[in-house]
Amino acid sequence: MADSMADTRRIIVTVNGRTYARDVETRMTLVDFLRHDLDLTGTHVGCEHGVCGACTVLLDGRSARACLMLAVQCSGREVTTVEGLAVDEKLNSLQQAFQDNHGLQCGFCTPGMLMTLSEFLRDHPDPSESEVREVLSGNLCRCTGYQAIVAAALDAARRIREGA
Amino acid sequence: MGAKWFGASVRRKEDPAFLRGKGRYIDDIKLPDMLHAAFVRSPHAHARIGRIVKSAALAIPGVYAVLAYSDLPDVVRRQMLPLLVPHPSISQPLLPYALAKDEACYVGEPVACVVAENRYIAEDAAQLVEVEYEPLPAVNDCRAALEPGAPLAHTGSDSNVAAEFPVSVGDTDSAFRGAAHVFREKIFQHRGGPFSMECRGAVAHYEAATQSHTLYVASQGSHRLKRCMLDMFELGDNQVRVVTPDVGGGFGPKGSYYPEYVNIAVAAMTLNRPVKWIEDRRENFLTTHQERDQFWDAEIAVDGDAKILGVRGRLIHETGAYVPWGIVLPWISATTVPGPYVIPNFKLDVVSVFTNKIQTTPVRGAGRPEAVVTMERLMDRVARELKLDPAEVRRRNFIRPEQMPYEVGIIFRDGRPVTYDSGDYPASQAAALEAADYAGFAGRREAARREGRYLGIGFANAVEATGIGPYEGATVRVSSTGKIAVYTGAAPQGQSHKTTLAQIAADQLGVGFEDVTVVTADTAIIPMGIGTFSSRTAVNAGSSVHLAAIEVCAKAKQIAAGMMECSEQDLELADGFVRLKGAPEMKRSLREIALKSIGMPGFSMAGGLPPGLEHTAYFAPDRATYSNGTHVAEVEVDIETGSAKILRYTVTHDCGRVINPMVVDGQVIGGVAHGVGNALLERMVYDDNAQPISTNFGEYLMPLATDVPHVDLVHLETPSPLNPLGLKGAGEGGTIPAIAAIISAVENALAPFGVIIAEAPITPQRIVELLGEHALGRTR
Repeated sequence: MADSMADTRRIIVTVNGRTYARDVETRMTLVDFLRHDLDLTGTHVGCEHGVCGACTVLLDGRSARACLMLAVQCSGREVTTVEGLAVDEKLNSLQQAFQDNHGLQCGFCTPGMLMTLSEFLRDHPDPSESEVREVLSGNLCRCTGYQAIVAAALDAARRIREGA
Repeated sequence: MGAKWFGASVRRKEDPAFLRGKGRYIDDIKLPDMLHAAFVRSPHAHARIGRIVKSAALAIPGVYAVLAYSDLPDVVRRQMLPLLVPHPSISQPLLPYALAKDEACYVGEPVACVVAENRYIAEDAAQLVEVEYEPLPAVNDCRAALEPGAPLAHTGSDSNVAAEFPVSVGDTDSAFRGAAHVFREKIFQHRGGPFSMECRGAVAHYEAATQSHTLYVASQGSHRLKRCMLDMFELGDNQVRVVTPDVGGGFGPKGSYYPEYVNIAVAAMTLNRPVKWIEDRRENFLTTHQERDQFWDAEIAVDGDAKILGVRGRLIHETGAYVPWGIVLPWISATTVPGPYVIPNFKLDVVSVFTNKIQTTPVRGAGRPEAVVTMERLMDRVARELKLDPAEVRRRNFIRPEQMPYEVGIIFRDGRPVTYDSGDYPASQAAALEAADYAGFAGRREAARREGRYLGIGFANAVEATGIGPYEGATVRVSSTGKIAVYTGAAPQGQSHKTTLAQIAADQLGVGFEDVTVVTADTAIIPMGIGTFSSRTAVNAGSSVHLAAIEVCAKAKQIAAGMMECSEQDLELADGFVRLKGAPEMKRSLREIALKSIGMPGFSMAGGLPPGLEHTAYFAPDRATYSNGTHVAEVEVDIETGSAKILRYTVTHDCGRVINPMVVDGQVIGGVAHGVGNALLERMVYDDNAQPISTNFGEYLMPLATDVPHVDLVHLETPSPLNPLGLKGAGEGGTIPAIAAIISAVENALAPFGVIIAEAPITPQRIVELLGEHALGRTR
């Protein structure tokens, strides 16, 4: 056990456009690395078994569960977290649609919702409600009943299509 | 003062930070030199604890301490955790020790606390702590717990009864003797959990120089936890501060006081370093409080016209291993049964029972959903037996609006008689059935039947005590910058207090919404507080903000009148100024007035007023104010797979005057989803030895975006006469009637098969079983 703790590797990973070189324990999860080593605490830990989706990030542009990955698996790759969405403190279209539609209450599942939807809306610019519900079924929310999140996603899709 | 902000769907102050990943939740707090705790927990539901060997754990580099019961300070060792709401009917007031003393009474009960440099090491070390357990017989069900010869949940007690009490009005037995019809239902309702997306967690910081503790904790009320800490450690008021940061959902159980908080405070004091503990999801399944295990055996007596003569029965409530909230839950259940109906005679014998499972304490709805299921099952039964429309049976029994205020005749948990203050229950049902096109349902059902599909409709009414006391407080202060700060003990977990309370203050003070900042749930900002639970914050904290702001206005006018040499009656507040009515260019800014009221060193104070342009108010309601609503569910049941899909869902909801409609809609719709989970999905399964076997989100099914329906919401608005803004609570009305409405709809869909549902949840597996029993001729 003591040996495994001493087992560290150097990784080079790009997060939200900035490149970090860090020594990490091989057993450290990506979400712990983001939160505790890089102080990017926007990515949340909800279940640590890959079901709730709160820790969803984009890895080379595809959504991934940061609780089910090791930081060392991300060396040489590009990670986007919720902190990478707003440009110069201005909320992006998806974030603004969440506020306007009351798509969040406690805010804990929200970063994962935003990352899942960022990928989805990029690939599906004009989704139906049932497609949005389907893609959201990998992210748990206990506060909203999802209705306002679905509305926010559809509203965001419209804004993005219209170039808002 | 005109209402510019009150009543508007103002966008939330909370959102920009949350949306940018800049929230500050408990696990985001990082203090210098902070250590991390993990717990050694009982793997047995009931076991005697023998020797605890720590050497292997302590040998790991980076481990700082392993605490067992015997290592705790005397003051902590000699007392159990506090009973939050004592009551004379509690015959066995059993609470846990901070660490199990000599016996563990549920799986997950903390036995030792390991503190290490990081959580990875702490968890490694926790696995190396050797504990000798002698397993004891365990009891896993509240009915079994009352059987003669049942295993005892606690060694040394002589029964599993924690408390017993009756709730009664009228002469129920006589009413039953004279009744044309009596029907009986036996209903088991199963527990679920809160399952906020953020688990529990806390950071303890001890400052040796002042011998004081600061506890950051994901809670639903800092002040009560502070009082628990003061009791537990026997400290002076100045020695504990509790701060609740952003909280990722609560739903009730984050309002409890847990052993982990005591342990990390002990560790922080002993090691003189901050200690963080973050619950993982498996621990959350094992050790965060749950709710709803209840067995009801209830009878209804009606006359030949289906008018209710009486309801009577017995409620067996499962409290789990301990009674942290006393009899709060079964009491709320018992007093919620009558709901919107005239029930002249009512008698319920309530018994609260120990089992070797995690404790039950309020979870969204707090005993009410169970009561509504019971009452509405009885009403459906009357309709079926007397071949009447279920809507008509209810119409004949509603309390009429002209009967308000209506005395139900029983005593609520606030110690006051259950007296409904206002509400129009017939209108609520009528509006819901209209919006749901209840009249057109028969046609939809027939059309579906021709396609081989089974549709059902069900509905439920509920009346909910909200806004209970004792009080909540607010300080409204015009700071020296002229901006407004509102401080309250209320502790939001998603309810939008920072927005809604700012709306109230902004209106009263005539300032912009953006000029008001609301600070919550820190014992250093306001002396007294209760917290956010039981749909109480809008009523209590909202009224306090309103009352405090009125006083600040009056004071601002008084000071400005002196500065402007005019009469305060001639002044008004608008746009951040106190100005002369009719001559608005004659004005003083709130900033100038605030500075004047703060005073300057050496100069005497103006007008002899107390210093500071601020006021603190504690609104203490005389009694609860009652929200109400009706839910209508239309479902399709697949008789091959047992899956039940909600096709249409309609809610009418009356929570009095609404501060922010967008926020209230969110509360209600979110609450419905919780009810959908309780009705169709969520099962916390234990084996015969009370070992939990659904301890992750693969085994315990939470409602997904594909499971919950679109909710059509109709607002009714009957202002409460009991508080200055006419408010009622909105946090739980979405959940309370949902389970009853959905299982009624499922039963209705299966009516061709004679299936009767007397349980919740009703999962696909259970539906198939019930259809099989029907096929075998075993349904009644």
